[in-house]
Amino acid sequence: MHMAGVRFLQGNIACAEGAIAAGCRFFAGYPITPSTEVAEWLAQRLPKVGGVFIQMEDEIGSISAIIGARWAGVKAMTATSGPGFSLMMENIGFAAMTETPIVIVNVQRGGPSTGQPTMPASGDIMQARFGSHGDYAIIALSPNSVQEMFDLTVEAFNLSERYRVPTFLMADEIVGHMREKVVLPEEVETFTAPLSKKGARYYFKPDPKTLVPKMQVFGRGYNVHVTGLTHDERGYPATNDAKVHARLVRRLVEKIEKNADKIIKVEEHHLDDAEVVLIAYGAVSRSALAAVRELRKRGIKAGLLRLVTLFPFPEKLLAKLARRAKLVVLEMNLGQILREVQRCAKRDVHFLPKIGGELHTPREIVKFVEALK
Amino acid sequence: MSMHPSEPLLRRDRLPHILCEGCGDGIIVNALLEAIVELNLPREKIVFVSGIGCSSRIPGYLLFDSLHTTHGRPIAFATGIKLANPELKVIVITGDGDMASIGGNHFLHAARRNIDMTVICSNNYTYGMTGGQVSPTTPRGWRTTTSPYGNAEPPMDIARVAVAAGANYVARWSTASPLQIKESIKKALTKEGFTLVEVLTQCPTALGRRNKLRTAVDMLRWYKENTVALHHAQELEEQGVDLSAKVVVGEFVDRDRPGLVRLLGLVKEEEKRIEKKEEKLTPEQRAAKRKEEEERLREARKRILEVIAKLGSPKIRRMIELGGDVEKIEKELVKHEG
Repeated sequence: MHMAGVRFLQGNIACAEGAIAAGCRFFAGYPITPSTEVAEWLAQRLPKVGGVFIQMEDEIGSISAIIGARWAGVKAMTATSGPGFSLMMENIGFAAMTETPIVIVNVQRGGPSTGQPTMPASGDIMQARFGSHGDYAIIALSPNSVQEMFDLTVEAFNLSERYRVPTFLMADEIVGHMREKVVLPEEVETFTAPLSKKGARYYFKPDPKTLVPKMQVFGRGYNVHVTGLTHDERGYPATNDAKVHARLVRRLVEKIEKNADKIIKVEEHHLDDAEVVLIAYGAVSRSALAAVRELRKRGIKAGLLRLVTLFPFPEKLLAKLARRAKLVVLEMNLGQILREVQRCAKRDVHFLPKIGGELHTPREIVKFVEALK
Repeated sequence: MSMHPSEPLLRRDRLPHILCEGCGDGIIVNALLEAIVELNLPREKIVFVSGIGCSSRIPGYLLFDSLHTTHGRPIAFATGIKLANPELKVIVITGDGDMASIGGNHFLHAARRNIDMTVICSNNYTYGMTGGQVSPTTPRGWRTTTSPYGNAEPPMDIARVAVAAGANYVARWSTASPLQIKESIKKALTKEGFTLVEVLTQCPTALGRRNKLRTAVDMLRWYKENTVALHHAQELEEQGVDLSAKVVVGEFVDRDRPGLVRLLGLVKEEEKRIEKKEEKLTPEQRAAKRKEEEERLREARKRILEVIAKLGSPKIRRMIELGGDVEKIEKELVKHEG
């Protein structure tokens, strides 16, 4: 169904093909730079693979529609950038509360507000984690190549289905608009949230091991009531019951935190003997890897920890690294993942931010690390 | 103890409900469930979607699949549900604040797309759930907690906005005429495209008592005295009668533009076969068929008017004034003629 073989593609198009490969058959979106190509590509492709594309009236409508589509039994995705991402926050919370598996692609641009529509940034990382009100947890991935725009979109769908959680592909304008060689496999492994038995009394009772309940689908006689209100395990509102609320919301967070080891993926380069560890994600991680190679040539034992999963955050790994190496965080914002690293490191963390829409160059990174001595 | 005919369609384990005494939402639920029973719709294919507000709590008491969403968004959620599975009958239960205010944009665009769904808007002129604030439909001069000196703003005419935006079927009734509500819901549920039944309903608790309409009875009486049937209103306006203080009720539009499901080519195989069959008719045959149907309706209406002129039955006159179903009126006539 999806394109296969060796191709030369734009990142946003690879993402759209990844969605098709993962089984996505519903896309609702609203035009916004620099993510629009995802919508354009799916507008063309989805009707040909038995899916539906709709351009909604705004991003609030878009995320509402994909949540509705998923409850009607169809895997669904939306794609946007900063301003649209802000509008989606309301129903990202709804998806978290109702445990709806959906994928949200954010091809990040410079903010705040309308900011820099055509320039890259990583300014929405904390918004992905904490943007909607109340306590909840999500999964967020960070691609650094066109290949990963495909691979991690598939992965995002599988994770969202396995943990019944809104899952984010936190891309940026660079990987979204870059064209690279990609190898698209004939088949990819996909996962769909299993369905519960019909007529069960406790549709929202979780599996004791994974903490994830089985799902239902509209139109098959489940008679399931799904609400964004605090609900008991029948799915019924129980808004004034402190115990029910605490149990539900704790579980929403714990089902991600307790499964963190199974979810988290990182890329390690030259970490074994590293005395300075660069921490980067997204497009910046490519500059960081070039810098590590240059630093090694210059006799500095540098390494790179590239975060593929941003959330849940690899806390244990960071704490371990902090005990034996200097940490340098590189990111295209004024300090978001930095705070996560500081939280885990319990020591000074060096920081090289870059905003304005230009990527860190390897030379800038090398200079910064050399100056640390 | 005898059972209410709609009881098997309720989640009995969720009762008692949270609505206040005198609330009009019960009348809407009654009409809605009767409509579903009379149409013999398969329960498992119905999905209720609602937003935030008193009326949006209704689906939580109905034993169907239901999605209780965020404020103003149910129509957008419903759009996703319907397009993902066009076999489902999607019914949105919403209110004036939910649909006309915070969800205004989704409402306009769903009507424009003519997406196949039925929206039932419980318009109580106020935000009841939060204690009675001014809403986009609160009449001018009415007092609410956020219009303590009387509402200065002109209200929105939800039904007429829906017509202008492109809905296939739009009707408005007050809770003082539950039969009309039921008949309109039945029609709405059987039509293609976007269909809306706006129900003017009483909220004595949060609105009435601030406006000298202390009880549900007072409010229902107000509706009876202040609503005018659509065709009657047209006549009166032609005669120069000022109706600005009245609310017009009736069927505002009933047309058959293709719904979004058809426009996107998502129709079921079975429907496609039926369409093909009809395609076999020549244009002349199709026109003749339509003409025959129109002739039958014209005859029926003519007969009704003749009998009324002769017998002057107030009940039948009322049914006609409210734009009631022709077949029902015919039945009533047969009874009347003995």
